[in-house]
Amino acid sequence: MTSRRDFLKSALSGGALLAAGTAPAEARDNLPQPPDAIGLLYDSTLCIGCKACVSACKDSNQLPMEFSTEEHLWDTPLDLSGKTKNVIKMYKDGSGENKDQEKDGFAFMKVSCLHCNDPSCVSACPVSAMTKDPKTGVVGYDESICIGCRYCVAACPFGVPRFQYDTPFPKIVKCELCRHLKPGHEKYDTYQFSACAQVCPTGATLFGPVKALKAEAERRLALKAGEATTFPRGKLGGPDSYPGKAGAYLPRIYGDREVGGTQVLKLSAVPMEKLGMPKLPERSYASVSETMQHTLYGGLIAPIVVLGGLVAVARRNMKGEPDASGKPEQED
Amino acid sequence: MAHSTHHAPMPLGGKLVTPVTVTLAALAAIAGVILLVRLVFGLGAVTNINDGYPWGIWIAYDVVIGSAFACGGYSVALLVYIFNRGEYHPLVRPALLGSLFGYTLAGASVIFDLGRYWNFWHIFWPGYAQVNSVMFEVALCITLYIAVMWIEFSPAFLEKFGKPEQKKRLDRVMFVFIGLGALLPSMHQSSLGSLLVVFGNQVHPLWQTVLLPLIYLMTAITVGFALVIFESCLSAMGFKRPFELDILSRLSKVMWGMLVAYLVIRIGDLVARGAILRMFEFSIEALMFLIEMAFFIVPAVLLRKPEYRRQPAKLFVSAVCLLAGAFLLRINSFLVGYETGSGWHYFPSFPELMVTIGIIAIEILGYIVLVRFLPILPKTEGALAAATK
Ligand code: SF4
Ligand code: SF4
Ligand code: SF4
Repeated sequence: MTSRRDFLKSALSGGALLAAGTAPAEARDNLPQPPDAIGLLYDSTLCIGCKACVSACKDSNQLPMEFSTEEHLWDTPLDLSGKTKNVIKMYKDGSGENKDQEKDGFAFMKVSCLHCNDPSCVSACPVSAMTKDPKTGVVGYDESICIGCRYCVAACPFGVPRFQYDTPFPKIVKCELCRHLKPGHEKYDTYQFSACAQVCPTGATLFGPVKALKAEAERRLALKAGEATTFPRGKLGGPDSYPGKAGAYLPRIYGDREVGGTQVLKLSAVPMEKLGMPKLPERSYASVSETMQHTLYGGLIAPIVVLGGLVAVARRNMKGEPDASGKPEQED
Repeated sequence: MAHSTHHAPMPLGGKLVTPVTVTLAALAAIAGVILLVRLVFGLGAVTNINDGYPWGIWIAYDVVIGSAFACGGYSVALLVYIFNRGEYHPLVRPALLGSLFGYTLAGASVIFDLGRYWNFWHIFWPGYAQVNSVMFEVALCITLYIAVMWIEFSPAFLEKFGKPEQKKRLDRVMFVFIGLGALLPSMHQSSLGSLLVVFGNQVHPLWQTVLLPLIYLMTAITVGFALVIFESCLSAMGFKRPFELDILSRLSKVMWGMLVAYLVIRIGDLVARGAILRMFEFSIEALMFLIEMAFFIVPAVLLRKPEYRRQPAKLFVSAVCLLAGAFLLRINSFLVGYETGSGWHYFPSFPELMVTIGIIAIEILGYIVLVRFLPILPKTEGALAAATK
């Protein structure tokens, strides 16, 4: 018979081994934005809700139409989906008369991937089908690698990636900032950079380097509501611009800090939460999750140490018992 | 190492074709047909999953709960080989068999949930494998564990087919697999909880915490013990075998200790994060949380005294409560407490449910067939009588 002390000893060593798996490791910070990151600036006060961007996105990405009205005449997506990478949503309150007013007003919001600096979708993807370009920072998707687990769909804090449920050969659909537009691509004749920005008639969606876009956003925030200014159109620093009046901006650049910052920045006169953009912390969820994983499994050191211990304990405890599988050969 | 006196395991024998086994086989066949439809028309044809709830019960039940409910082998092996409690030895093989089936089916069924299943091997392929992903860790670990369990279990086959030489050789290195069999579930059962951490504020604060791995691990171990008690009760009734009260009441003491520790950690974490007050909200999440916690608190109360742990009824009720509690913890954190934005709803469709039921049927069927065929349950007078019938 085993004595009580022996039992306590082996029980304690077993317990200590299991607990040893939690050696502290260094916390992983939010990933920084690549220096040459490109992105979009969306200014809700400039947006007129024409949805030219929605239609151009479909065209550039060669996605099928989607119908929400009875007569199937126009593409009328209500939300992102397995057929749609970009939509314009509308906020409406009370009588809905005044543009860009929270009370009795309305406002628009562009919904598409924000190309996070430290994306949850990339951290979640088990097979590197979602990746962040180290130079441009564009978060791209490769269907030839994807296993269709939908972890990215569940993980994205903005609900961006969508899955195709109606086909035996589904894939993930999300904005990739038109990274396919390169010389030689059949759509390159029509669009040379993000189609949504290229066709936007008001410059509400503007393409450019994120640093410059942020400076432009700060310039607008510094203006007084109604002050005369010029708005660039299409590409920041491009030839096209027009005179206009500054909106009654709320002093906040959405996307500058959220989950470690994003490459799509947004301005509006109505609180972002009202426009459907979630309130999020500055620490990226990817860094929280990966810090936890690395603490437990960093370099596989902890698991190997624990395994060594477990094997040793199991070996000692199995002495005098050649049959480990359930049949004791010695009885006492 | 000490053994209490017990008999070697042996096949139960008896008939394989009974109304029960035929019903189970029929349920399995229905699930097979539905999965065929899924392969031809896509996931939307048979499930209700959507972009607001991209993971339905095929993940939350079949994988997350299914594998937790298959932790009997893990918990008992921990107890016997790591904590050196030889008296639980007769429980090892039956518990391991349940685990083998639970895990193998969880692993197999996940293939049908993958949209692009033909690429599934990418998860293990250097160059594709993404080691920062919690899912990578879960997938690798579960796959390895399934392999380890088949090895741990193979002596039963080798005995059956009279291969003593191979068995002896395997026995000599078995301690390595026992060690792995204790490590791997500790890793992936906790990681099943870690899967949710990256979801951030999309998971309700009653469940979202960096302690999720510990919470999942502890409930998986208690469930493992609860399962052994539950299965012993059922097989005592089903196969007319004597109730192993002695072992079970001692086992329930270990389970009770683990349960109390769990409650302290779970409630302590809620208090520390200031999330505890959310349970008084008027919401479905708060209600489900209270029910979940009740299922953990009731057995902690029921089994608090040694004499209570000798009452089969209390043991059985506690085991059932713990299974329900672990079930709800997982359903709540994966589905009820998950919200990615307003306007999304999910409740499993009928075919979706039938697939899950079919998988459970295959598990039970496999268990029945194998205990009749292989040396798994300890020999008893009752079993002898059943076998000679
Ligand atoms: S094209 Fe420009 S103005 Fe028109 S809906 Fe899109 S963002 Fe708004
Ligand atoms: S918005 Fe979502 S899909 Fe886009 S990069 Fe961020 S986490 Fe990924
Ligand atoms: S669905 Fe595809 S892209 Fe998304 S996480 Fe899974 S494997 Fe990665």
